[in-house]
Amino acid sequence: MKLIYEKSVPGRAAYSFPHNDLPVPDVPEELRRTEPPRLPEIAEPDLVRHFTQLSTRNFGIDTGFYPLGSCTMKYNPRVNERLALLQGFRDLHPLQEAEGAQGALELMWRLQEILAEVAGLDAVSLQPAAGSQGEITGLMLIRAYFADRGEAGQRRKVIVPDTAHGTNPASVAMAGFELVGVKTDARGNIDLDELRTKVDGETAALMLTNPSTLGLFDEGIEEIERIFHGAGALMYYDGANLNAVCGIARPGDMGFDVVHINLHKTFSQPHGGGGPGGGPIAVRDILEPFIPSPQVVRLDDGSFGLDENRPKTIGRVRGFTGPFGVFVRSYAYIRAYGPELKGMSEVAVLNANYLLALLKDAYDLPYDRLCMHEFVLSARHLKREHGVAALDVAKRLMDYGFHPPTIYFPLVVPEALMIEPTETEAKETLDAFADAMLAIAREAAERPELVKEAPMTRVVRRLDEVKAVKQLVVKYGFGEQPVPAET
Amino acid sequence: MRYIALTAEDREQMLATVGVSTVEELFRDIPAGVRLGRPLDLEPPLAEQEIVAHLDQLASQNEHAGKELSFLGAGIYDHYVPAVVNTVLSRGEFLTAYTPYQPEMSQGVLQAIFEYQTAICELTGMDVSNASGYDGTTVAADACYLARYVTGRSRVVVTEATNPQVRQVVKTYAPGFGLEVVEVPHSGGTTDPEQVAEAAQGAAAVIFQQPNFFGCLEPAPELAAAAAEADALPVAHVDPVSLGVLEAPARYGCAIAIGEGQGAGNAMSFGGPHYGFIASRLEHIRRMPGRIVGETTDLAGERGYVLTLSTREQHIRREKATSNITTNQTLLALGGLVYLSWLGPQGLRELGETCMALSSYARSELEAAGFEIVFSNKATFKEFAVRVGRPAGDVIRDARKHGVHPGYRLGRDYAGLDDCLLVAVTEKRRKADIDRLVEVLSEVGR
Repeated sequence: MKLIYEKSVPGRAAYSFPHNDLPVPDVPEELRRTEPPRLPEIAEPDLVRHFTQLSTRNFGIDTGFYPLGSCTMKYNPRVNERLALLQGFRDLHPLQEAEGAQGALELMWRLQEILAEVAGLDAVSLQPAAGSQGEITGLMLIRAYFADRGEAGQRRKVIVPDTAHGTNPASVAMAGFELVGVKTDARGNIDLDELRTKVDGETAALMLTNPSTLGLFDEGIEEIERIFHGAGALMYYDGANLNAVCGIARPGDMGFDVVHINLHKTFSQPHGGGGPGGGPIAVRDILEPFIPSPQVVRLDDGSFGLDENRPKTIGRVRGFTGPFGVFVRSYAYIRAYGPELKGMSEVAVLNANYLLALLKDAYDLPYDRLCMHEFVLSARHLKREHGVAALDVAKRLMDYGFHPPTIYFPLVVPEALMIEPTETEAKETLDAFADAMLAIAREAAERPELVKEAPMTRVVRRLDEVKAVKQLVVKYGFGEQPVPAET
Repeated sequence: MRYIALTAEDREQMLATVGVSTVEELFRDIPAGVRLGRPLDLEPPLAEQEIVAHLDQLASQNEHAGKELSFLGAGIYDHYVPAVVNTVLSRGEFLTAYTPYQPEMSQGVLQAIFEYQTAICELTGMDVSNASGYDGTTVAADACYLARYVTGRSRVVVTEATNPQVRQVVKTYAPGFGLEVVEVPHSGGTTDPEQVAEAAQGAAAVIFQQPNFFGCLEPAPELAAAAAEADALPVAHVDPVSLGVLEAPARYGCAIAIGEGQGAGNAMSFGGPHYGFIASRLEHIRRMPGRIVGETTDLAGERGYVLTLSTREQHIRREKATSNITTNQTLLALGGLVYLSWLGPQGLRELGETCMALSSYARSELEAAGFEIVFSNKATFKEFAVRVGRPAGDVIRDARKHGVHPGYRLGRDYAGLDDCLLVAVTEKRRKADIDRLVEVLSEVGR
């Protein structure tokens, strides 16, 4: 399909502005634009058609089943889109005086209260823009906490298990801590013996996803809590998998001191092709003094305001008070469930276990346990016996009309296929997906080329990712020579 | 239960297939000691129409820009967002997809991001843009992390005339990066290149804003040159709406251009979600944070798009990644692309000129009404500072009683400017609106 730049014709335009006859002041010559940016010149009908055509070359939850593990691709209620676009929200300036933004502040305050209850913790900051930013914010709180106790120089290490999302070690590095790894045992839990040798007076914190990226609840969580808190260290909960345990087991009750919650996962903010997300953090009272400023508060007179007088705050981690439109959607989503969030998590776990039961004989199951909201299979024997890798299985699923699961993650499972169906899928959908996975396993044995050459039915065939790195074309060339490859 | 398809019969069959008799059994790995054991203490579920009524009621309490004549800016602007933007963003195939890890399923969003990257490179003159950052503040922290690694130096310089929230975010992140932050004060509303030259010695980067927080046009080529002279990376924080009339940062020597995309295609939405952009010269591509889309071909030789240079990223590189960012602001960046395509080069230029014309009219009318324009010898773009003669907070309060929000209280961030307002004038304000502003300020100010 042509790029919008290739459809551009000089002199065409879609824009219109009200006329005014005011004089335009001169821009000082040394600051004036010399060459106009080559933005598309296109009439509005063709502009709409271009993006509509692009959308038909994309696959979302609205299109079909999207079991991308660890991403919680659940249905996104359309009413929430309508609510985020209410003019009182959409056209509200973030620097409006508090008395002119009471409705927005109340919504945020209510969301803070709800998230604190769901997390089992004491205070919530809505500011972080996504899970990764929640992580680094949490680590900064931990650093500030130890600095406040005079232990900053000593508490330098953060322990991260080998099943962790890549964001965890990346956040540890960006926050200026030292990374210490810990292995997973044969049941898929953290290896407690190894853990005991690694936690000491230099340990600042643990970062843990529970259930883990294997989709397994760590059965040793109570002992883990004793090990860390016993050593004076803190515990960070990566909330990516919170969809498994809402109303069932709260991170705060598991002993975690700071948690991020992915609003775009558990609480249904649409993923938008890559974002936006929301990564609020909930904290235990000992960390509350350090949370980002400003903080939404309810004042004595019952009105709502922004508290900027927070002397121990780590500061600001993004603009204003967070991605408000995301809060509107997630708040509306939570209000549809209320305490029945527990039922939501139960169905997420039931759907995952059902699908696991249908698939575990055809694919390798590295840890034979009941799963939580997701599970990890391996295509190891398909690869060994037929040369069909997890990547090939993923590509072939496209021909059956499904978005592939997450593949090659977590790293501890070779040829991993990480499958998260979510609670919003019907039994028929799960059955159809299982049928496709079983059919692919048979195809791998009988006609492996078919699987290795998939997909055949998408708008493009399999794409050459190596070539993309070697030639590095990262913008349109406007008919000029492409940018040279190596830098 | 809402949004859930399973019937009681489905559940029975599924539990039987799993080999358990109750849903509770599925949770047997969770130790009793960490279970909640009571219902969540939340209000009961609401039906869709009850939720709509509740949120309608909350939204109606807000004094939005359609209700109050507003001249608030200071980083977030009330620019017009054409209907086509939301038309495109409402397409479920974009809205409900995620990061395009599987390119054959995601050519629509991949091509859109490639087109977005091209638009950002065209605006800024740079060679490479990522798929978006969180907002205009966090991309400044990203630029610092990049500069820290590229130069190996441990200090960054930020001008005081850069948006205070951008400076605050840089200061929050800097200790973790092992960076010290040095601020260069403004002199009379803009930054002195000689002071930058001095501060830039041994610095990894110099970040300045164009137009700066006061709306004034910085001597940007001289600031960039002062940074480059000291081998610090010159980083310009720019307003995309200005780039039809103001020079592209790459053409005056910047290594990196960053900015807040909101004004170009996103609603204000009480501060988010919006998109931040970061673009650099090609030499820094391997230190860029976040997703980048590249062109390639498929098995049949047809052109297609994929995420590229993933070895920079956290899911491959883990603690050695160039950033921890995963979820970004793709949908908002797509809004930016649609908007910039709606404008085209001529529209972008007219937009900039319209903002300048209206803003300049407001400036001169206020001056004629007896107000002091602060930094009056400096050229401005769409914002300017005006002295209102008494505490700005009081003036805002009184003006709002007349249905006018006259601007941002500069004293929140700058000593000595307690009686000053930062007034933003976008193309959505008309001449009569400005006359009304002058009338109300004449009544409540001075």
